[in-house]
Amino acid sequence: MNPAYSVVFLTTLIGAGQGLFLALFTIESYAAFGLLPPQSSDFYALGGEISFALLSLGLFASFFHLGRPERAWRSATQWRTSWLSREVIALPAFMGVSFLYGVAHWTGVNPVLGELYSGMPVNITAVLGVAGSVLAFALFVCTAMIYACVRFIREWHSPLTVINYILLGGASGFSMAAALAAYMAPAVMPLLAGWALIITTLGLIGRGASLIRNARLKPKSTLQTAIGIKHQHIVQKSMGLMGGSFNTREFFHGQGAGRLRSLKWGFLLSVFVVPMGLLGVGLVSASGEVLVLACVVQYLGLLVERWFFLAQSYHPQNLYYQSVS
Amino acid sequence: MTQLALVIDLNVCVGCHACVTNCKEWNTSGEAGPMVDRNPYGKDPNGTFFNRVQTFEVGEFPQTETVHFPKSCLHCEEPPCVPVCPTGASYKRKEDGIVLVDYDKCIGCKYCSWACPYGARELDADQRVMKKCTLCVDRIYDTTMTAEERRPACVRACPTSARLFGDIHDPDSEVSHAIREAGGYQLMPECGTYPANHYLPRRKVKLRIREDEIERADNPLKIDGQLPKPGKAEPTLDDVSSW
Repeated sequence: MNPAYSVVFLTTLIGAGQGLFLALFTIESYAAFGLLPPQSSDFYALGGEISFALLSLGLFASFFHLGRPERAWRSATQWRTSWLSREVIALPAFMGVSFLYGVAHWTGVNPVLGELYSGMPVNITAVLGVAGSVLAFALFVCTAMIYACVRFIREWHSPLTVINYILLGGASGFSMAAALAAYMAPAVMPLLAGWALIITTLGLIGRGASLIRNARLKPKSTLQTAIGIKHQHIVQKSMGLMGGSFNTREFFHGQGAGRLRSLKWGFLLSVFVVPMGLLGVGLVSASGEVLVLACVVQYLGLLVERWFFLAQSYHPQNLYYQSVS
Repeated sequence: MTQLALVIDLNVCVGCHACVTNCKEWNTSGEAGPMVDRNPYGKDPNGTFFNRVQTFEVGEFPQTETVHFPKSCLHCEEPPCVPVCPTGASYKRKEDGIVLVDYDKCIGCKYCSWACPYGARELDADQRVMKKCTLCVDRIYDTTMTAEERRPACVRACPTSARLFGDIHDPDSEVSHAIREAGGYQLMPECGTYPANHYLPRRKVKLRIREDEIERADNPLKIDGQLPKPGKAEPTLDDVSSW
C-alpha cells in the first residue's frame, strides 16, 4: 500500500493519547487503593488535556484522508459491520471522556458518587477513568481491526496487528506520562518509566514477531489465480493503461527494498532500543529532559513504524498492474 | 434470486478495447456526472475507468499464447467492499445483485478499495468519491430503449461477442449455459468473494480427421476422382455381394 500521512498521524497520535490516559488512570487507581501517595490533581488535569489534545490532533489529521470530509458524519452509521465506523464512534466518545476527566481534575469538581463494599469512596474521576480505560481499549481494537480484518492483505490479517497497536500506543503514552510525571509528580515517575520500559519491551517482542511473520509470508493469490490460467509462466504485457491510475498510485509505496530495510532498522532503533536506553537513564537519574527526549524519539520512530506498517502490505490487486506495455 | 453478471470468453476476446471506450463513453455521459479524464490526448493520460483490457503472455517462446483479459468490477456474491464501508454508500442490491456506490453518501475514505482484492474501485479525482462498474444499471432498466439495447455498454460494443450478460442464478440463462458448458471460472477463488462475473477459459479447437475421411475407402487407386467405369460384362456389386 501507499501509506497516507493522514493515517500515519491519526493512528500514532490517538495511540499516544490512549496510552497517556491509561497511564494516568493507572496512577490514580494505585493512589486510590493507597499503593501510591496521592498526586496533585494538576498532574491528572494536564495529562488528561494533553491526551485530549493528541486525540483531537489525530481526528483532525484523519479528515485529510477523506475525499469528502464534509460528509464525515455519515461514517458513524455502519457500526454493525464496519470497524472504521466503530472507530468513528469510539474516538469521539473517548475524547469526550478524556476531556471531562481533565476538566474534573482541573476544576476540582469531583464529587463522591458512591462507596465500594470496603467503604472506599468512588469519585466521578474514577467512573470517568474506568469508562475511559474501556473506551481506550475499544478504540485500540477498532483501529487495529480496520487493518486486521482485511483478510487478503496477509501482513495485516493477524492478531499481532491488534496486540501491536495496543502495545505501541501504550508504550508511547506511558513514556509521555513518565516525562510529564518527572516535572509534575516525581514520586510516581519511577513507576511510569518502569511500565514504559516494560511495555516498550513487550512492543519490541510483538513488533518483532510480526516482522518475522511478514518476512515468511507467501502470497496466496498469484497471477495464476488472478486471471485463472494454470501455467507456470505468465507475464503481463500490458495493464491496459499508460498514464497511471488510482490502481497504480494507491497500492504501492514506490520505495526500493534498500530504503525499506533501512526504515525498518531505523524504527526498530528509534521506537524500541533508543527509548529503552533513555528511559533507563531517566529512571536512574530522574532527569525530566532525558524522559522528554525518550518520548520524542519514540514518537518520531512510531511515525516511521506506522508508515512501514502500511507500506509493508502486499495488495493482491498489484498482480494486475505489473507492466505498462 | 437474481444475480446479474458478465461472462467473458477469453477464447474470443481479441483485445480491441472497444468495451473500454464504450464503457467510458456511456458512463461519462450519464446522470452520475463525468468520469475524470486528465490529459486525454497529452503525455500522461489519466482518468477514471470502470473497465480495462489487459494483456498477458502465457508460456515461453516459442510456445506462447497472448491472452487479452478484460477486467471490471466482478459484482461478488460476498463483496468484501460492502461491509467495510463506514457510511453504507457501498451496497449490494438485493433485487439483482449489482454492487453499487451511492455517490451522495461516499466520503472518499478509500477503505473499500483496500478491501477489494481485484482493484475494481477507483477514486474519482474530481468528485472525490469511489467509482466502479455499475453493470450499466442506468441502461439495463431503461424501458425507453429496445430490449436489444438494454444491455451493458461493454456488451453492446464487443465486436466478437466475447461478453455475455445475464442472470447467473437462472439455470436456463445464456450465461449459466456458458458457465456450465464451457467451464466458466471465477477470479481469485481463494479470497472467498464468490465473484458473479465469470470467465470462460481458452479452448484448443482441434479437428480430428481420420485417414479414411480424407481418402475414400472404396478408392483403391488412391485417385480421388471419377472411378474407372466398369465394363458392361463385369459383375456388378449386386452380383458379387451376398445380399
